[in-house]
Amino acid sequence: MTQVQHQLEKVTILFAGDSGDGIQLTGTQFTTNTALFGNDLSTFPDFPAEIRAPLGTVAGVSGFQINFGAVDVYTPGDLCDVLVVMNVAALKKNLTRLKERGTIIVNTAGFDKRNLRLAGVEEGQNPLLNNSLEGYKVHEFDITKLTRESLKDSSLGTKDRDRCKNMFVLGFVYWMYNRKIDSSISFLKTKFSSKPEVLNANIAVLKAGYHFADTCETFSNRFEVKPTKMPSGSYRNIIGNQATALGLIAAAHKSKLDLFYSGYPITPASDILHELAKHKNFGVKTFQAEDEIAAICSAIGASFGGDLPVTASSGPGIALKGEALGLAMMLELPLVIVNVQRGGPSTGLPTKTEQADLLQAVYGRNGEAPIPVIAASSPSDCFTMAYEACRIAIEHMTPVFLLSDGYIANGAEPWRYPTSDTLKPINVTFAKERLDTASAYLPYKRDEKLVREWALPGTKGVEHRLGGLEKDKETGNVSYDPDNHQFMVKVRAEKIAKIADYIPEQHFDTGSVHSKMLILGWGSTYGSIKTVVRDLATEGIDVAHAHLKYIQPMPKNLGDLLAGFDKILIPEINNGQLITLIRDQYLVDAQPLNKIKGVPFESREIKEAILNMLKQ
Amino acid sequence: MAEAKHIQEEGQKLKAKNFESDQDIRWCPGCGDYSILKQVQGIMPELGIPKEDIVFISGIGCSSRFPYYMNTFGMHSIHGRATAVASGLKASRPDLSVWLVTGDGDALSIGGNHLIHLLRRNFNLNILLFNNQIYGLTKGQYSPTSELGKKTKSTPMGSIDHPFNPLALCMGAEATFIARGIDREPKHMRTILMRAEQHKGTSLVEIYQNCNIFNDGAFGGFTDKQMKKENSLYLEHGKPLVFGVKEDKGIVLDGFNPRIVDLTSGEYTPEDLWVHDEKCRNKANILTRFFDDPSLSESLPRPFGIFYQEDRFQYEEALYEQLNFMKEQKGTPDLDKLLAGSNSWEVK
Repeated sequence: MTQVQHQLEKVTILFAGDSGDGIQLTGTQFTTNTALFGNDLSTFPDFPAEIRAPLGTVAGVSGFQINFGAVDVYTPGDLCDVLVVMNVAALKKNLTRLKERGTIIVNTAGFDKRNLRLAGVEEGQNPLLNNSLEGYKVHEFDITKLTRESLKDSSLGTKDRDRCKNMFVLGFVYWMYNRKIDSSISFLKTKFSSKPEVLNANIAVLKAGYHFADTCETFSNRFEVKPTKMPSGSYRNIIGNQATALGLIAAAHKSKLDLFYSGYPITPASDILHELAKHKNFGVKTFQAEDEIAAICSAIGASFGGDLPVTASSGPGIALKGEALGLAMMLELPLVIVNVQRGGPSTGLPTKTEQADLLQAVYGRNGEAPIPVIAASSPSDCFTMAYEACRIAIEHMTPVFLLSDGYIANGAEPWRYPTSDTLKPINVTFAKERLDTASAYLPYKRDEKLVREWALPGTKGVEHRLGGLEKDKETGNVSYDPDNHQFMVKVRAEKIAKIADYIPEQHFDTGSVHSKMLILGWGSTYGSIKTVVRDLATEGIDVAHAHLKYIQPMPKNLGDLLAGFDKILIPEINNGQLITLIRDQYLVDAQPLNKIKGVPFESREIKEAILNMLKQ
Repeated sequence: MAEAKHIQEEGQKLKAKNFESDQDIRWCPGCGDYSILKQVQGIMPELGIPKEDIVFISGIGCSSRFPYYMNTFGMHSIHGRATAVASGLKASRPDLSVWLVTGDGDALSIGGNHLIHLLRRNFNLNILLFNNQIYGLTKGQYSPTSELGKKTKSTPMGSIDHPFNPLALCMGAEATFIARGIDREPKHMRTILMRAEQHKGTSLVEIYQNCNIFNDGAFGGFTDKQMKKENSLYLEHGKPLVFGVKEDKGIVLDGFNPRIVDLTSGEYTPEDLWVHDEKCRNKANILTRFFDDPSLSESLPRPFGIFYQEDRFQYEEALYEQLNFMKEQKGTPDLDKLLAGSNSWEVK
């Protein structure tokens, strides 16, 4: 190793190529390696909705962005330092996301005549030849050819050999950042344990990429991003949907209930089902229902039976579940509904992110049907909030909405995971057997929290009938009495409002009541806002950041907290939904910042809005 | 919890009355539902299942008010979805005796999708499909089982919807128990209901039920004293298919084609007839096609009784087998190990 080690504080790399190029695998492997190395990180996978979008076209480009650092990292980064492109379409799509004087690593095989035509690049306009990349550091290699050469002796066919080229890239980048390749070798050994030829080829190409970087003398130095100084504890890398699944299992385990998870395949929620299906030894019952309605209705049935019921979907699926949500609310049975939001409306942008289902969660039912709504703010926070959703559902006998979105559901970050004994206990109480049946059982009698009993079939003496018709306030029998209906509507609303007594008060994530203004966020905008607010602090501008995780009901002190500011900015990946709720409930003149492009905020966008507001 | 605890304690023999709830019944006077309710309440003590282990689940419609009148656990869910609710309940609690009450609109129109999927999964529960060939609760629109040309409020010129043949549909959906009863034959209904509960898997019992307000006499051909014996064929396992006022007609099977024969001419004896075999899927398929309009001459009689019964694994059985297998493979679940995953590191 003769090269100079060059220390960097933070790096953003964007891997991009055809959706069949193995970009997502390259990205996740680099992520695992980075996490184990001890860097803080944040990732952003970005892929087309089609499984094999037309080869070589801009529409078919798949990307994976990772931001990692020796310092705290909260977002996948705005512009990248390094852009790895497997073909011309990937370059065309992503060049605007590269910093000035950034580095481009090019697979020249993806810039041939055919690829230029497929990417819609006019003849004679090959960006590698027309000086349009001047100002960038461009490193060109025929990665396809190098991969084939390193597999001369392999018995694999050309197609299978070419598939290994993502490993060449991975090896190359590992070398650039002074990493060891062991984590990927052990990954490959598990993945291809039954296909030794494929395994050997992948390892050979990974090593070839690594050694090629070392010997090709392209780089005079290697880069190193020192491990981040993180609070002491045990860490792992976690993806949002995986964290949601673990949160649900943890809640079932702590409450000693079986988890019943029912879902219908939908992007980007399906990975929760996939993850849960792996953990049947925890008594996790997964049910792939025939449709979204059956998914929620079977969960309601399982709740009546005494399981911890969960269903997850994304916007269109949640719309289908609407009627059953009202039923669950009327029955006052526990139920967790996870909405991994995606771009809407209608089918919208399935693989892109958005926060536009908040009002659907809060209001999207017929009649007066309040349901608690909480939201996760980062991949690892999905664990905490999934656990909270279960706790609230069980302890308050109500359906609970957990909002996540495509960005944090597919994004990854290091997670200081808790030990099971530190998790909040979840109190489950079932109705007890009644041997004296002289008096009628009252299934809708409420305790001080206004919560009714969970009376399971199989329990003697508590036989009762539930249903979606309005019911008498105590017996639960069908009631058309006008006063009873008004009472029941009010009491159901009050029951949900009372949950505010059992959730944490709102705190400032950054800043204080003395800060110049407040940024109020919710959900996946956490990282972008936090990054901006921290940057501003280093410039001497004191801006407060509060991030709302409990949206219905809102924390008890939120009104007072908001009242302390003249200027409040609410950035959202929608056309202004939280701001509607905030203005409605607190009559404050908050200002919106809306981005509806299917992608997260870039820090500079939020920064600009803050600076503009401070000027006013 | 997987094993049923279907045994009542000694000396606690329940009566039909114990299964009546304290709610006033609100079906129209003369509705066929009363007869069905009475038979269901009547067989409950015979089943030997503790009252608290029985659950009635329904959707929406006249029939779906049923759970309110049973002093068991019950849920009046939403339109068409009782099938899905019951599936989840059975997956969580295989120990319960679950009864699903639905109608032709609830099960075959808005809930058609869930019905076919429940049947193929074969959860161990009983479906009572009250078929009155009309929407009653919404005051008289044609239903998916209404005959072609039916004049109702929504079809003043007559329905142009070809109707479903519910039992043929259920056979197509891989049902493992298919039967038909009628509100006016309570004793026969009782036998079917008992068999339905005994069947391990989803039992689908279609019950012809007269709506005396909006579709009175829809099944007159099978209830009228004069006509019913000519138009109905009562199935008994192992017995030849005989019908008619004087039991003077029989069915023979020519290849795939059923044919009515005269037992009085001397040409045919009962030995020549099709013998009913509940286990034969092919014959059951043909039997479900006995669906002629009884007012037409030469029409095949409408079968009542158990068409088909098959032993097939139940969804919840397989579900718990997988859970138990994984528990054995992986041992006692360790949450801390799960949270740590396979690639964790320590920061000091």
